[in-house]
Amino acid sequence: MVKIDKTEKKVVVITGIVLAMFIFSILYARNKYSDLPACIPYDKVYTEPKVTKLDEKTYQVYAVARMWQFQPSQIYIPVGSDVDFYLTSADVVHGFNISEKNINMMAVFGNINKATVKFDKPGVYKITCHEYCGLGHQAMQAEVIVNYPTK
Amino acid sequence: MQISRSFKRLIYWELGIPITLLTIGIYHGLMQTVYRAGVLSQASFAHLDYYQGLTLHGVINAIVLTTFFAVAFGHATIAFYFKKEPNKNLGWLSFWLMTVGTALAAWAMLSGKASVLYTFYPPLKAHPFFYLGAALLIVGSWVPLFDWAKMYVNWKKENAQVKTPLAVLGTLVNFTIWFVCTLAVAYEVLVLLLPWAMGWKATVNVTLARTLFWFFGHALVYFWLLPAYIMFYTILPKISGGKLFSDLAGRVALFLFLLFSIPVGVHHQFSDPSISKGIKLFQGLLTYGVAIPSFITAFTIAASLEYAGRKRGAKGLLGFFGKLPYLDSNVYLFAYLICGLFLFIFGGLTGLVNASAQLNNVVHNTAWLPGHFHMTVAGPVFLAIIGMSTYLYSTISGKKVFLPRINVIIPYLWTIGILIFSTGLSWGGLLGEPRRTNLGMTYLNPKSQLFTPEWVPTTLLGLVGGIIMFVAGLLFFIVFFGTILRKKDHEGVLELPVSEALHDEPRIALFDKFKPWLVTMGVILVLAYTPALMNALKNTGPGAPRFTPDNPVPAEIISSTRK
Repeated sequence: MVKIDKTEKKVVVITGIVLAMFIFSILYARNKYSDLPACIPYDKVYTEPKVTKLDEKTYQVYAVARMWQFQPSQIYIPVGSDVDFYLTSADVVHGFNISEKNINMMAVFGNINKATVKFDKPGVYKITCHEYCGLGHQAMQAEVIVNYPTK
Repeated sequence: MQISRSFKRLIYWELGIPITLLTIGIYHGLMQTVYRAGVLSQASFAHLDYYQGLTLHGVINAIVLTTFFAVAFGHATIAFYFKKEPNKNLGWLSFWLMTVGTALAAWAMLSGKASVLYTFYPPLKAHPFFYLGAALLIVGSWVPLFDWAKMYVNWKKENAQVKTPLAVLGTLVNFTIWFVCTLAVAYEVLVLLLPWAMGWKATVNVTLARTLFWFFGHALVYFWLLPAYIMFYTILPKISGGKLFSDLAGRVALFLFLLFSIPVGVHHQFSDPSISKGIKLFQGLLTYGVAIPSFITAFTIAASLEYAGRKRGAKGLLGFFGKLPYLDSNVYLFAYLICGLFLFIFGGLTGLVNASAQLNNVVHNTAWLPGHFHMTVAGPVFLAIIGMSTYLYSTISGKKVFLPRINVIIPYLWTIGILIFSTGLSWGGLLGEPRRTNLGMTYLNPKSQLFTPEWVPTTLLGLVGGIIMFVAGLLFFIVFFGTILRKKDHEGVLELPVSEALHDEPRIALFDKFKPWLVTMGVILVLAYTPALMNALKNTGPGAPRFTPDNPVPAEIISSTRK
């Protein structure tokens, strides 16, 4: 059989432990923390931009990315709400990044992407396009404005 | 080894063309840091607009330079170890296909008709010559594999019980990975994109195109890396004055790359729609598998360097670090390779971050990504390419290196530049700074509504690092072209340093043959990619029409309204 050097054996074991830790962490954390976008089969209904209030604390946004804006571009959400973002593109591939909330999706023509986020702190959260989409790419940014509802 | 004039000229041109184009690639690397730091708040400068320059930067540095070099270095390696030149006609056929392809693509990019970046995601459309040029470049790079494979089979017939030289194994593994993965991008370019770009097909399935591209795109980085790894295993121990700790470890690492380089491409699509979570997770875990051969390499090369250091009189646990020929201009390849290894520590660690689907949500498409890949492709890969290009030219032509003392400090200067640059970009990425964006016009423009002050220090670090890298690049061009302009000093030969093994390791048949590994590679590929391709075909809706970067209106509507 192959003779494995003592130090090589130690290194193989250490590498195995490190990788096992990483893999365990990924499997443990799936669905718990920032998760992969959900897989939604295509439907034409998502291509019309819309903000729908399902109840006091639950909103649904059909976000459409196009050259060079997001529609809707200003989304008003009360503090403490859960928001489902359904995302598609009307033309080329765009990015959709709400960096403070780790929402990070690609908008692709003919495809629907989905992520859910809870906005528990007030503020203006920028949605930035981070995939090159033509000459106006550097101006493509929208906002989610999260505030306390007026009495 | 004496080589023919034809073979010499083949290598000279295969090194010279991409390095000449690299001047544009490095110029626009600097320019990007200038635009992104807000020093320029405009769409273009000196007749080159930002995104056009970005496309040139990516295509030249990451596709043209790397492919030409891999072919040239592969020719040199195979010829040197088999003591036989590759087939002359096939060598020149390969050269002309690659060169004509590059010329077509370069024309398209320089005339502004292909500002689609090196990933050319549809439905952003480039001029058909861009796609055709890319296809020719790739097909041209396939040709040598078949020639070398035939040479290998013949060599094996006469040397059945002799271990295949590690450098030869590495070259064949590398080009096998390349051939398999480029089949997908060749299909994407020739079947999906070119007919659509020419107007013969109305729509394109964007997710399918992206999935095929990334089948190619991740293995691409191993195609870049493996020539550097071959140098780490077979050259670095020798020129440090030591021996290779384990030749078998190198073989195991190479075959693991053969298995795991390709079936991990979906980790570039973690944020994509329509690809199921299950396959994203599966390929993400396989990505941790492809980290294993790099860990093996890190240990084996460090152990080899320790042996070299101790042979030179080093004492204590870490004393060997101090006894290596860092600034010896006679073994300048050491400097290029050791700096690459150092940068790869950070490149590999940030790569492990990227392989995590959860951390991907933090870093995807932010500046973190170019921060990562400048510590990998612009780290060990680039340094190995330029160091070895100077070495191959100088030894084959018989000309002494121009400014040898400058030559040996170039990698250190480059490394300092990259560390500063990548620190800025990684930090900026964690703060949400987007990649592939002309920040100077808006986000880094104090007069703009979108001004984001958090990204001022991060882009400034990118600028400082970029300037230092640019200076190092300039010095390299002076050394390389200066060497070409020199007079021949002695008869040139094809000569590569060859590391001896420290331990006497007998030939193990399993690690000296391809078939079982190729079969396993095929099985893993089918398991990993069939679901992803099915997703791309089933979950997606309509295909997309053509768009050019300057207009939100689809191209056919523009052309039909012009009638």
